[in-house]
Amino acid sequence: MGRAVAIIGTGQTKHGRRNDVSYPELVREAVVAALNDAGISLRDIEGVVSGTMPSMMEGVSDTHLYFAEALGSVGKPVLKAETCGSTGQSIAHCGFYWVASGAADIILVVGSEKMFEGDGQATMTTVADPWFTKPFSAGAPMVFTMQSMEWIYRFGISEEKARDAAALISVSNHDNALENPYAHIHMKVTLDEVKNAMIITYPVRLLDVCPSSDGACAIIYASEEKARKICKKPAWIKGLGFRGEEFFYGESNKSIWPSATEAAKEAYRQAGIRDPLKELDVAEVYNPFTYQEMIFYECFGFCPRGEAPDYVLKGTFLKDGQLPCDPSGGTLCTNPIGATGLIRLAEAALQVTGKAGERQIEGARLALSHAMGGIDQFNGITIVGSEL
Amino acid sequence: MAKEKPKEKPREIRTEVFVPYEVAVGPTWSTFFDYLKEERIMGTRCSKCKRIFVPPRTFCPRCFEEMEEWVQVADEGTIETWSYATLKFYAQIPEPPFITVQVRLDGCDTGFLHRIAGFDLKDFEKVNRRVKLGGRVKAVWRKKKEGNINDIDYFKPIK
Repeated sequence: MGRAVAIIGTGQTKHGRRNDVSYPELVREAVVAALNDAGISLRDIEGVVSGTMPSMMEGVSDTHLYFAEALGSVGKPVLKAETCGSTGQSIAHCGFYWVASGAADIILVVGSEKMFEGDGQATMTTVADPWFTKPFSAGAPMVFTMQSMEWIYRFGISEEKARDAAALISVSNHDNALENPYAHIHMKVTLDEVKNAMIITYPVRLLDVCPSSDGACAIIYASEEKARKICKKPAWIKGLGFRGEEFFYGESNKSIWPSATEAAKEAYRQAGIRDPLKELDVAEVYNPFTYQEMIFYECFGFCPRGEAPDYVLKGTFLKDGQLPCDPSGGTLCTNPIGATGLIRLAEAALQVTGKAGERQIEGARLALSHAMGGIDQFNGITIVGSEL
Repeated sequence: MAKEKPKEKPREIRTEVFVPYEVAVGPTWSTFFDYLKEERIMGTRCSKCKRIFVPPRTFCPRCFEEMEEWVQVADEGTIETWSYATLKFYAQIPEPPFITVQVRLDGCDTGFLHRIAGFDLKDFEKVNRRVKLGGRVKAVWRKKKEGNINDIDYFKPIK
């Protein structure tokens, strides 16, 4: 993995509809918050990594040019990476490698999106190929619903049990978001409301789906030497994994999802984790859809294949369960796409440094963060710990 | 930050981007669409892993070998997964409600994306009784062929 690397600061904007500020103003809000959290100034930053959704989301293609100053990158090296939903983890990994390689000591990573400025689902449509996939796509929900149905079918899960478990995930994520001041959706929902909400793409209903949000997130990495000097309690990077899959949806078995499974395996290998359910204290799983979150639990080895609904229904992943998942309310309640995967990492870092406020899982020392993207051909994971 | 606040609340300006494209189909998919005009669904086989792909590939995404062998697969198969969409998204072609389906065509090693239609789709409960995971479907061909994916009009449930 190269040199040891730590997160010494994180910053988030209040997420939601942010038409009170322009896009660059929004980006700067997260950067300033991260610098303040780390207690350093822009002069200390040696390079900047940024990321957003692919072009068209806000009608500006070269977004990092548009807000270079807001990133604090004038006169400094700046990189951009974009891998749709997994952008946040892609840029987190870019920044990590920059410091781990020894090429820099302090690097700023910023993810952002203004989902309300464009037609998000129209942009998603341009992610698919125009010959075979686009003619049959209905935005992102179609793809993820197809995957959920495939999972239900291949493992012989009863539709009713999957429905009950998905509803519980929606309710608990919404409850958790109430304790997160940055979250977009602050709303109490009931099991019945989730189960009877309007069908978007069957079996997915309105309350099974994440919102579109405006928001930005920034984190600051430091080398071991700098981190120990600057920061009393850094979050140490323990392991990371990122994997891609073949393009066409039907060419891999999405119910066992090779990229998610292999990305987790690689991160666990680096972090020395053998039993994630026992060893991890908290996980920030990228969960834009309730059903999909259960597939992730299985891919990440939190439970055996086909059994996620049983584990969900017995409370394993609730805030007071064996492995709390998404105590922030997760992607289900906040989704500024280019920032979302980085928010997962920032939340994981807050947890292992005891800075997560009302949403803190007591005594959390080892946390997993994750994001998925492409159509769903990319998965990235970063594990952080309170000790090196 | 400037201390002076705008007289009204911050404004939004409406704008638009319109970008036309010409997209190269490539030799393999051009051949595939030529076969569709003859009502034949043809895939390519990897010389190494022996998997048959529909849509066909010029090279195997895992083995990275060129795929030169063409193989005909059936125009019927098994439903691997499906989804019933109720909303109309920007630039979406089929009118909602519509059903996207992944079919494992007989004789093929990959799932093929298309739509299920040919009956009343308005009532979801009726659709849910008729369309089943693991159920069988058959292609309905369009009379007037244009050499694209819509030469297969839709798949209909059979048996």
